[in-house]
Amino acid sequence: MAESLLPKLTVAATARGDATSSGTPLIEINQLSLYYGAARALKAISLSVQERVVTAFIGPSGCGKSTLLRCVNRMNDLIDTVRIEGGIKIGGHDIYNADVDVIELRKRVGMVFQKSNPFPKSIYENVAYGLRLHGTTKKSEVDAVVEQSLRSAALWDEVKDRQHSSALGLSGGQQQRLCIARAIAIKPEIILMDEPASALDPIATARIEDLIMELKKDFTIIIVTHNMQQAARMSDFTAFFYLGELVEFDTTTKIFTNPAQKRTEDYVTGRFG
Amino acid sequence: MNEVRSPKPAGRSFHAASFDYPSFFFSGLTGLATLLILAILGVILLNIVLNGLPGLSWRFVSTIPKKDFFDLETTGVLPMIVGTTIRVLVMTIFVIPVGVITAIYLTEYAPNTSLVTRLLRAAVNNLAGVPSIVFGLFGLGFFINFIGKNLDALLHNPGPVWGQPAVLWASLTLAVMTLPVVIVATEESLKAIPTGLREASLALGATKLETIVKIVLPQALPGILTGGILAVSRAAGEVAPILFTGVAYYMASLPHKLTDQFMDLGYHVFVLSTQSPNIEQTRPLLYATVLVLLGLTFALNFVAIIIRARVRKKLRALN
Repeated sequence: MAESLLPKLTVAATARGDATSSGTPLIEINQLSLYYGAARALKAISLSVQERVVTAFIGPSGCGKSTLLRCVNRMNDLIDTVRIEGGIKIGGHDIYNADVDVIELRKRVGMVFQKSNPFPKSIYENVAYGLRLHGTTKKSEVDAVVEQSLRSAALWDEVKDRQHSSALGLSGGQQQRLCIARAIAIKPEIILMDEPASALDPIATARIEDLIMELKKDFTIIIVTHNMQQAARMSDFTAFFYLGELVEFDTTTKIFTNPAQKRTEDYVTGRFG
Repeated sequence: MNEVRSPKPAGRSFHAASFDYPSFFFSGLTGLATLLILAILGVILLNIVLNGLPGLSWRFVSTIPKKDFFDLETTGVLPMIVGTTIRVLVMTIFVIPVGVITAIYLTEYAPNTSLVTRLLRAAVNNLAGVPSIVFGLFGLGFFINFIGKNLDALLHNPGPVWGQPAVLWASLTLAVMTLPVVIVATEESLKAIPTGLREASLALGATKLETIVKIVLPQALPGILTGGILAVSRAAGEVAPILFTGVAYYMASLPHKLTDQFMDLGYHVFVLSTQSPNIEQTRPLLYATVLVLLGLTFALNFVAIIIRARVRKKLRALN
């Protein structure tokens, strides 16, 4: 269904100022609508995300940005009442096709949640969890990936001597970096971040932001944030959502300096929302 | 609009206008109720311990009694201790897996709003309210007369092997009776696991089953064990469900297979207090037997509590 509509929609996306039109996009969201029962939470969203860039989703609470994020790794499947129209393609494959293996999808699309949620296991076991799920069991291999992931998440130096103590003994910022390490251990292509720093103090937030700038070299990142400065600092592209609609999607510079829509301007300048 | 002025701080005291009688009476009432419960428990325990202790001896708990077991000097309760312990353990082996699996289905898989789920929950709740003698009759009708007799016919047994009262059937009947306790306790502990943990696991590409086995169940274990403890407490002293399904008035030897009948402490208390030729003479024996029953119930609970404490400690090291 979404297949046949695709060419037309891509044109539509370009027409509304799709700044990523150079090169093939990694993620293509086509006329995606999402319903909670009868309520329509997302209204025909179309946007494309390029490889190895940071894309920020901004907008007031309840605008659907987190809901859209959770469509990309099909976390919304867990909610019985959710119904989806339209489609999302990753690398050209429709992830809502009947033959798609959700497990395989989630291996390729990692996620970091708003509230850090390390497992009540050791730091090491947290990072090793995904590896073991997907068949890496040799200790030397697991050891190596755990270290590498903790290094990539800028956590290694702080925890290398206590890898086998509980992850719940870490500070909030460390826990969130551990969740990032856990996500990148299984080598996803895309990392979805749902307000990853909203519960952290400014110093811990800065560390997460530095980390995201590092990770962008290897991963495609979509980040949902309430923090306008954060979006402006870190992202290459920004999408502004309001009441389930994509109001504007463009380069971050454009959105924050010269937005096409009045509503976008009002929001980013703090006049509403 | 009228201007609202704050009252001057000076001249206003912080003393209550009048004594708070309702609070005083209510707190007094709750205290009295608690005291009453403690007093009842104290009287029961004291009475049993003081009267039972003189009759207690190593010989008493380690002797298999002769046919006439009304004489405190020669009788013993070893077969009853063994019988009660076995039926509680066998029950636990059945009730925990079945209860836990049912609870997992109800909390993790069953669609919450569907009619079937609601009927299932209602059935679990109603099961908890069924009188235990009804479970006894159910056990006789279902396990012995239906399953047991058919099993005998199927295996061409010359006489009844399965189709007669046995420790297995008594344990299964108790398991059915205590099922709601385990289901409800497990459900509560499963529901208490934060959604964030499940989501974290699923987002890493774990299947639902992997998430339940590796993340949810280990966290829920103490709650499941609490269900087990409650089931053991309830089952250890029950007599009605085993009346028709396995308990024997007298056996000359200990049970050595699951199809044997068994003697039971609770039932033995009933026998001593109703079948004795001389009530006054039997009384010390009765007290001693009740004390052993209490001790055994506590001991079984204690073992379960120790196991739970170990699991908790293990989890807490990580929490």
